[in-house]
Amino acid sequence: MASIKYQNIYNWLDERVGLRSIEELARHKQVPRHNRTIWYYFGGMTLFLFGIQAVTGIFLLLYYRPTAEAAYESVKFISTEVHFGWLVRSVHSWSANLMIAALFVHMFSVFLLKSYRRPREVTWITGVILLFISLGFGFSGYLLPWNKLAYFATKVGTDIAGSLPVIGGPILTFLRGGEEVTGATLTRFFGMHVAVLPMVTAAMLGIHLYLVQKHGMALPIKEAREESQGKTIETIPFIPDFLYRDVIGWILALGILVFLASIFPWELGTKADPLASAPAGIRPEWFFVFMFQTLKYIPAKILFIEGELLGIAGFSLAGLILFFIPFLDRKSNDLKDNRLFLILGVVVILYIIVLTILGYSS
Amino acid sequence: MENYENGQSRRSFLNWLLVGGFGSLAAATIYPLVRFIYPPELPQAVQNSVVAAKTGEMPPNSGKIFKFGTKPGILIRTKGDEYRAFSAVCTHLQCTVQYEESRGDIWCACHNGRFDLSGKNISGPPPAPLEVFNVAIRGEEIIVSKKG
Repeated sequence: MASIKYQNIYNWLDERVGLRSIEELARHKQVPRHNRTIWYYFGGMTLFLFGIQAVTGIFLLLYYRPTAEAAYESVKFISTEVHFGWLVRSVHSWSANLMIAALFVHMFSVFLLKSYRRPREVTWITGVILLFISLGFGFSGYLLPWNKLAYFATKVGTDIAGSLPVIGGPILTFLRGGEEVTGATLTRFFGMHVAVLPMVTAAMLGIHLYLVQKHGMALPIKEAREESQGKTIETIPFIPDFLYRDVIGWILALGILVFLASIFPWELGTKADPLASAPAGIRPEWFFVFMFQTLKYIPAKILFIEGELLGIAGFSLAGLILFFIPFLDRKSNDLKDNRLFLILGVVVILYIIVLTILGYSS
Repeated sequence: MENYENGQSRRSFLNWLLVGGFGSLAAATIYPLVRFIYPPELPQAVQNSVVAAKTGEMPPNSGKIFKFGTKPGILIRTKGDEYRAFSAVCTHLQCTVQYEESRGDIWCACHNGRFDLSGKNISGPPPAPLEVFNVAIRGEEIIVSKKG
């Protein structure tokens, strides 16, 4: 009886929204099994942590006030007065950092496994856009508690954009909502953080996930070669087998997250004061530290060009190259090993790790 | 044949009208929005001098940040009991500098830039010296003013 009813409801909905084709898309995906399957989990992990960000972010919105006068006090209120406020805020901050970490692992594993090759170029590009959006989330969210460290990090960060020739000035005013970092900047960053970026993320993430579902997981070059020679690669269905494994990872991540958030609650620091000197030990969030550290090492002038500008140009170029990776690596499309890209990936990873460590030890 | 050509030119004229019309509509919509994003420039009283501190407020070998217009300035009383004032905005990335008592120079914590007590950039990434201000003592007030 119950199953007949369920069948009726299913048929009714199917006729109107096409449930069967959605189910088809969800069911057809198979996940290949080989000794690098572990890297397939990090995309889903990033997605899970993003979900946590969305939920805790909406909760924080109930009490947060985005003005220079009230922001710091409202975050203090959340952390000290609101029931479990300290936990929600701490989880939001920790999850943000873990999400960026998972995202980096996801991106570099995709890079090293050459999963961006045909027909997944657009998946890669939407992924790179999502990376930049996430960094934007991090940068704008960092300012919201309106504390001293965030104030100067924002000052330096926006100034870097402002030092670009010609377009720098308008970008700086656009970001700051004036010439200086003030309450106007805070309100702007807030709007970006809770309205603009989430909307763009929803669109990009929708395309990204659709494409992942459409194309399935990419095989590493070696396995793809074997498959093209007629060997069958063992697979498991994405739904439900792989998804169950994903969920185990997510529960583990939730455990780690709540542990970190409770044992090491996120600090609030002291309130921003536009007239105070920059505090010693100032640095941006860890995922910007390697760039920050690079700027410290570049001398003021290299030949006739300002060192600063050279550094920014370098990082902009690196960002641009990142977008076009699938089109630059033609060898991988033909399932040939591309040693140059392997070395490039390893060098970039080492560079980021070494400069981040130097940034924290100096 | 002639009709065909007429038809072509009529079509291209209509296309042009359509593109032009929608283009103008888009421009008329986007322009106010772009202008909205940029904040209006409010008239600001140009401040050429300010009371930065009172005499006796600062011990020798110390520094103080004061507000000069919308930007911070730094007043330093040197070991040799001399007052000097500069813009406190680092010429590198506009962080606010501070007086480092142990070394007797001006330090920017953001990227480890240093300036000597004449405002000259001596190490680290700053590309230019700090702007130097005039200092005058009138009665109990230490007055800092822009040069020139």
